Amino acid sequence: MDKKYGVYICTGCGIGDALDIKGLCGVPEGEKVPVKTHSFLCGKEGVEVIKKDIADEGVNTIVIGACSRRVNYDIFKFDGCIIDRVNLREQVVWSHPRSKYPVVTEEQKDDGIHFDSLQMLAEDYLKMGMVKVKKIALPEPYKVETFTRKILVIGGGIAGISAALDAAKAGYDVTIVEKETVLGGYASKLRKQLPMKNPYDSLIPPIIDGKIKEAEANPNITIKTETVVARIAGQPGEFVVTLKKPGEKIEFDVPFPLPQEMKFDESGKELDKDKQFELYQEYNKGKVDILQIDPNGEKFGAVILAAGWRPYTPEGDELGYLGLGKIADVVTNHQFEQIAAKGKIVRPSDGKEAKSVVFIQGPGKGDDSDFDFAGSVTSLVALKQAKYVREDYPDGKAQIIYQHMRTPGLWENFYKSIQQDEGIFLTKGDVVSVGQSGGGLTVDADNTLLGEKIQLKADMVVLATGMVPATADDPVVNLAYRQGPAFREIGLFNGYCDSNFICFPYETQRTGIYAAGGVRRSMTIEETVEDAAGAALKAIQCIESVNRGVAVHPRSGDMTFPDFFFQRCTQCKRCTEECPFGALDDDEKGTPKPNPTRCRRCGTCMGACPERIIGFADYNVDSIGSMVKSIGVPSADDYEEPPFRILGLVCENDAYPALDIAGMNRLSYSSQVRFIPVRCLGSVNVIWIKDALSQGMDGAFLLGCRHGDDYQCHFVKGSELASIRMEKIGDALESLALEKERVTQFEIAIDEYDKLPEMINAFVKQVVELGPNPFKGF
Amino acid sequence: MTEEKAAPASGSILVVGGGISGLTTALEAAEVGYEVFLVEKNPYLGGRVAQLNQYFPKLCPPTCGLEINFRRIKDNPRIKVFTLAEVEKVDGISGSYNVSIKLNSRFVNENCVACDECVGVCPVDRNNEFNFNMDKTKAIFRPNEMSFPMRYVIDASVCKGAECGKCVEACKYSAIDLNMGAKTINLKVGAIVWATGWVPYDATKIDNLGFGKYDNIITNMMMERLAAPNGPTKGKILRPSDNKEPESIAFVQCAGSRDENHLPYCSYICCMASLKQATYVRERFPDAKVYIFYIDVRAPGQRYEKFYKKIKEDENVFFIKGKVAEVSEDPGSKNITVVAENAVTGEKIKQEVDMVVLATGMQPTALDTKLPTGDLQYSEEGFIVNDFEKGGMFAAGCANKPADVITSNQNATGMALKAIQTMVKR
Repeated sequence: MDKKYGVYICTGCGIGDALDIKGLCGVPEGEKVPVKTHSFLCGKEGVEVIKKDIADEGVNTIVIGACSRRVNYDIFKFDGCIIDRVNLREQVVWSHPRSKYPVVTEEQKDDGIHFDSLQMLAEDYLKMGMVKVKKIALPEPYKVETFTRKILVIGGGIAGISAALDAAKAGYDVTIVEKETVLGGYASKLRKQLPMKNPYDSLIPPIIDGKIKEAEANPNITIKTETVVARIAGQPGEFVVTLKKPGEKIEFDVPFPLPQEMKFDESGKELDKDKQFELYQEYNKGKVDILQIDPNGEKFGAVILAAGWRPYTPEGDELGYLGLGKIADVVTNHQFEQIAAKGKIVRPSDGKEAKSVVFIQGPGKGDDSDFDFAGSVTSLVALKQAKYVREDYPDGKAQIIYQHMRTPGLWENFYKSIQQDEGIFLTKGDVVSVGQSGGGLTVDADNTLLGEKIQLKADMVVLATGMVPATADDPVVNLAYRQGPAFREIGLFNGYCDSNFICFPYETQRTGIYAAGGVRRSMTIEETVEDAAGAALKAIQCIESVNRGVAVHPRSGDMTFPDFFFQRCTQCKRCTEECPFGALDDDEKGTPKPNPTRCRRCGTCMGACPERIIGFADYNVDSIGSMVKSIGVPSADDYEEPPFRILGLVCENDAYPALDIAGMNRLSYSSQVRFIPVRCLGSVNVIWIKDALSQGMDGAFLLGCRHGDDYQCHFVKGSELASIRMEKIGDALESLALEKERVTQFEIAIDEYDKLPEMINAFVKQVVELGPNPFKGF
Repeated sequence: MTEEKAAPASGSILVVGGGISGLTTALEAAEVGYEVFLVEKNPYLGGRVAQLNQYFPKLCPPTCGLEINFRRIKDNPRIKVFTLAEVEKVDGISGSYNVSIKLNSRFVNENCVACDECVGVCPVDRNNEFNFNMDKTKAIFRPNEMSFPMRYVIDASVCKGAECGKCVEACKYSAIDLNMGAKTINLKVGAIVWATGWVPYDATKIDNLGFGKYDNIITNMMMERLAAPNGPTKGKILRPSDNKEPESIAFVQCAGSRDENHLPYCSYICCMASLKQATYVRERFPDAKVYIFYIDVRAPGQRYEKFYKKIKEDENVFFIKGKVAEVSEDPGSKNITVVAENAVTGEKIKQEVDMVVLATGMQPTALDTKLPTGDLQYSEEGFIVNDFEKGGMFAAGCANKPADVITSNQNATGMALKAIQTMVKR
């Protein structure tokens, strides 16, 4: 594209009052770029000025110096044009009042002492915008070579079947793979199930059989029982899946990464990369590399992981004090369900009628938690199973000892209906032990609603143990990804394939693979069916996004994708290792193979690359680096006491909006800082900071999201990776005789705008105390 | 480049309600490729979550997720947003509905640049219902700091109109039109998703809990506003009677919920909300005592239980299993005494505190504001019951049942697919 530049400066909203607009226009004029001003650029007339230049003059590369890009986004959108919005309003005039940053008088001008720091700020931002549009290009969508809309559903239980039916009803072809010989999973092993709809007050026959029939009759659904996934290779839109029989060993079984302990020699020293690779190959003998595509593999566009759960199995004697594993008539809720599904409830020990059953909701002994992997479903199942006792024996008695009856929302109706049953007793209590006495069982509990210490007698005791996700034992998806076959373990979910986002419950670190049902959380059937519909939508959405060549969440619609200049790649593998989404697979030499439709466009690879060979059409090392270099750095040659210059690289997701809101509230902060928005702190390449310091800027900071367990980084790992890189750059600075205190990283949430001025000013003060950068002026 | 089935069928989806559920349904459907109309009666999007300070259990600001969603709207030409809009009439059948939508007047047009000049000259104060009337705005105001769209609005019920006209004069951009009228538009859509959400249960109805009678009894939603940096106190938690920093706070769980006289169901979020609000208090006041009176702590599942465990470790947070029966005020100190029976020990507990938070629940919006269609079924409590066999119209989020944000968004994502299925069937 032949670039034809145009700069447009709005003088409204106080911009014209605070700034020397003529002086500002001098910036583009100095580079022979046409510039126009308007007192109300976002108004009809103002926009018309730009549109006319596009139509008449062929202007296609536009810098708009006005308000933040977060507002008037629809007004300043011109198809086919490269646009940068220079934030003169929120980040310049609204946050730097003239009362604090006065203009210089005629006498003060050029006296080598005074300077107009506000004007300098505006001119720098305009220069930065101008150089940016010079360095970027319009993106073109990435198109996959082959493309399919078919959806793979792993797991033929209630979650998988529901997801398959929902996707099929939307017109998509679906294949269900189920490792057992029949469909149904745990949902088909029930006597009765919890209600599915209003008024949620009575048990219903299991719905699974009807769903299986519906799936079998649906022409869009293919069912493969006794089938598991050997590997999933490729990327969304063109996953290549190898299926196999359970237990089979085949060459397309996915290789597993070398276990941590095998990476070290006897003395505890880490083995070199070659040796590790050798061991890795040995470890995965008989399996072909992840990059080798199975010629007989089946293509799918997206995957729904609905592999379900298994009943919790206590470790060793963990629940021995409650009799589990020691007393035959103490069972888990799952075992109880199996007994109930077979017929009348009888004791496992002697087959006698179990007319009196005690249900225990948690481990007790002073702990008021539920058992591990439990949830509201385990409370509800206890209520349901208590009802079984009453169904089987009119004189039967069910007692539930709980700490918190967890029947949230409309499930309260079910709880209430159970409370109506005169044969079901509920009491809060702290279970101490379960024992045997005279052919029956005894349950001792403290602190109950009935008294301090009670002993209940029972024929059977049922423990409300939890639902362990299939993914706690096995990756199941078996991804042929260099980062490994499973969802990335971030140590937060106990093996569940859950999302750490509250607002975006289906987003995980593996694009195009969406989990549903018990593999995500312990859920009721009702919740599972609902969850499956959402996962099906996300799978469909991913497929359609791939087809349009755009990214999925959170940069939905983004057409850019990382481009690699491979000639200069040194095979350091950092990009492959650091990508939060496992989008890159390096080959045996270590050269990365990009999989653009797995990519979420955060730019973490670009930030990681020491050779700086990764970039996006509209966002790259050069574009940001050039912006940094365009910042004016006054030195002692210019002024007696030159102002400091500090670079602020801000995450555009939360930190940038926070700066905007600070501006809207007219909160002011130092005029010595120059902000550049970045896609994510993970995309920050340390070269930008080195550039800044080597051209004489006095300090630099990153402003981004919280990391740790409750991370707010939209790309999961970005802010954390940035903080690691910042540690390292500190050491590098010291070797240059620069204090490492000149560089730092701040965490800020979007609503903490009120903390920004103090944060920024304190850092500026710290740098000022260190004194000017000794490299200034060189 | 496709190899089998054709691209998705065409058709439009109407989403009613621009809270977190409606936003989710609208965006998830639009990102599949469908045209979506999102209709919101308030002058801004975000609904209830826009009023929250933080989400449990991550303690992250809801504005973060809203910002992403607003950005998704900005980047997606398939989604059209109408604020100050109400659905007046729905005709037709599944796959083909005619909908009339009334666009109420904002009195501020698209010229508004949000410069705030108008506010400075407006002579009229009004109660700020966004902050539960704990502060005032002018008759012309910005609905909240993160408002989307970022445009001001005039409350016609208090504005003096043309006789005043000061804001019109002050506006350099001709953005204010005091004669702007309401108008009605008609849309043809294939499916409708009702994401009409919830309203906080009216705490004045709970006679024994003293709300509205005693100054220092507030609701949990008011607590959210007090704790929010953009709230009436800029994030300071101060008790209303004297703006004192509270040294002790009691949370009364199930204030209205699980109560046959009020809301017979559990409102799902209030236990977790109070645990979260306990962190607001404890973070600000290292010596403050927090008393939580509960029936059951409904913190199910590993993430919520982990959060509950963390709060339990705080030595200044006390959990009392017992339903609060009455409250009284000391007329001098304005302190509140909460009376409950400890369900475990049986003893009657009296606890004097500086301030009380009632953990009020959610009532479906559609209970009192009937939706303009006869095609929906409601439960006794006013929740919309979904009929997937019939299709065409669906309820998402808390219009369907009480739920937390995660569950609402799961549900709302699924409802986007149900709406799409309606379109494909045509």
